[in-house]
Amino acid sequence: MKIAVCIKQVPGTTDIKIDPETNTLVRQGIENIINPFDSYAVEEGVRIKEGLDADDKYKGESEVIAVTMGPPQAEEMLKEAVASGVDRIVLLSDRAFAGADTWATSTTLAMAVDKLEDVKLVIFGKQTLDGDTGQVGPEFAQRMNIPFIGYVSEIMGISAKKIKVKRLAEDRYEIFEIRLPAAISVIKDINTPRVPSLRGKMKAKSAEVLVWTASELGADKDEVGLSGSYTQVVKIFTPKMVYDVSMIEGTPEEQVEELFKNLKNLNIVS
Amino acid sequence: MHYLLTEEQKMIVDICRQIVDERIKPVRAELDEKAEFPWEIIKEIAKSDLFRLFIPEEYEGMGTGIFEVCLATEELSRGDLSVATSFAASGLGLIPINAVGNDEQKKRFLPRLASGEKLAAFGLTEAEAGSDVGAIRTTAVKDGDYYILNGTKQWITNGGEADIYTIFAMTNPEKGARGASAIIVEKGTPGFEFGKKEDKMGIRASATRELIFTDCRVPAENLLGREGMGFIIAMKTFNESRPAVGAQAVGVAQGALEEALEYSKVRKQFGAPISSFQAIQHMLADMATSVEAARSLVYYTARVIDSEDKNASRLSAMSKLFASDMAMKVTTDAVQILAGYGYMKEYPVEKMMRDAKITQIYEGTNQIQRNVIALDMIKRGVIQAPRKQVFK
Repeated sequence: MKIAVCIKQVPGTTDIKIDPETNTLVRQGIENIINPFDSYAVEEGVRIKEGLDADDKYKGESEVIAVTMGPPQAEEMLKEAVASGVDRIVLLSDRAFAGADTWATSTTLAMAVDKLEDVKLVIFGKQTLDGDTGQVGPEFAQRMNIPFIGYVSEIMGISAKKIKVKRLAEDRYEIFEIRLPAAISVIKDINTPRVPSLRGKMKAKSAEVLVWTASELGADKDEVGLSGSYTQVVKIFTPKMVYDVSMIEGTPEEQVEELFKNLKNLNIVS
Repeated sequence: MHYLLTEEQKMIVDICRQIVDERIKPVRAELDEKAEFPWEIIKEIAKSDLFRLFIPEEYEGMGTGIFEVCLATEELSRGDLSVATSFAASGLGLIPINAVGNDEQKKRFLPRLASGEKLAAFGLTEAEAGSDVGAIRTTAVKDGDYYILNGTKQWITNGGEADIYTIFAMTNPEKGARGASAIIVEKGTPGFEFGKKEDKMGIRASATRELIFTDCRVPAENLLGREGMGFIIAMKTFNESRPAVGAQAVGVAQGALEEALEYSKVRKQFGAPISSFQAIQHMLADMATSVEAARSLVYYTARVIDSEDKNASRLSAMSKLFASDMAMKVTTDAVQILAGYGYMKEYPVEKMMRDAKITQIYEGTNQIQRNVIALDMIKRGVIQAPRKQVFK
């Protein structure tokens, strides 16, 4: 079974700066890390493969491929994925991809997964640390016209045709069985990523990175990057938290009465 | 500091640091308190290929040397000496198989130990025999294609948790030390049982247990080398394993030094951090200097052994002796710097001090190490015969 894991390199900081001219992230001088949620996706992909390899029926048939769209520096992160057990790594890198919003990103990823051929399962982290939207996974599935289950906390079973997953909803867990190919996004509870192995690290050192450009994906320039985006980041800033405190005085009864009146005025209670 | 490490050696250190930070530090106090064997951590160590460091490539190891084993052991000891002891004890149990085992024995046992799927243990010590190999009471009597083992081993690290045991038993009791033999016994062999688990001062999460043999029939093909080679096998094993005890000592001392330094920068007395007092500064400087001196001796010894110098027993004993005495001093000083807090279980240094003590005792007490060093010197002179080129 071919499993693709879509990962992203993010700045290892919350102090994000935007280039005022290009409106893109300033990446210089900031240590980049794998998006923490994506490390759970990588681990889960590798675990599914190991689980299938332990089953005589599927032994030796599985492959985990990590895909990222980003600048050439993202190679480093892809190689770390190899140390964690990923078999192949693909970097989607082209000037034309710059400035992509979630839609253009999911379009580009869909083209790459198409090119990989016969991918049965695509795993995403639930969201990234920088963009924080959590949209790329579902948009990707929409483009591919395959089922998508977000916030998966456990893979309960997988076969050549189906996958059974448990996902965290706001007030309950939900269990789905969906047919493959499918896409899922995973949350922190799903696993504890392994410490890379020594043999993995040695393998990673010499791992070959497949680099695909826009033309290799057969992408029309208007579909990808800034020109393929419906949204554009105009400004990113940390909001100022403003607290307006008013003290209510009087007897407990008077205080309750006053508080109730205030809440009513704010349309919080009726 | 520069230790002239290769890229691969740096990877080993990085992997161990990640295991220490993510898996060991959060649970070490609890494991110590409960005296619980750290299986989860051992499995992580296994998955990271660290057990492969003990084993040649043809038996699914990494084909590295004692130096790499020392690097890994030191880093793990920085986090927790119980974990490092359990790791190193598997190495101790398999060194005899690797050193004198035949190809068939190596194929049977080493790949399972390389993957860390199974642990090994080394069974020499008895109630009245430790360094005195000739006083072993456990017997192995040949009966057709089997040896029948009877006797009790004591204080065996990884006892009960390991699957593969290298056991030293008398095949010819009249000959004393020359009548001892080494034989591999697998867990689950009828007549092989485990006795009480010891309640220890330190390295409490490591398993230390009795091994009890009652008419235990072990296939004769499990004999390592020939009958009567037991003493030589044990000495050869210790020559290779003692630097790793030195590395344990360096690691635990390094851990204590780091804690002491951090604490001295935040603890304020008389309106200033205690690190601004010369009394504390000098203690920290002495601690750091002695850690580096011990580390240098351990690394040098490991590199000499890896260069296949046959006469490394003196250096091997020196590295264990010097590093463990240093570790006891440094961990005690760390408790002193943390003072009242250092004496409390809330901080890790009291545990490090309790743990460090064992490095002066096991794999031959430091008094025995001095015997080894002195006798070797009397036999060969202060300056040993020229060695081969050490650094490659």
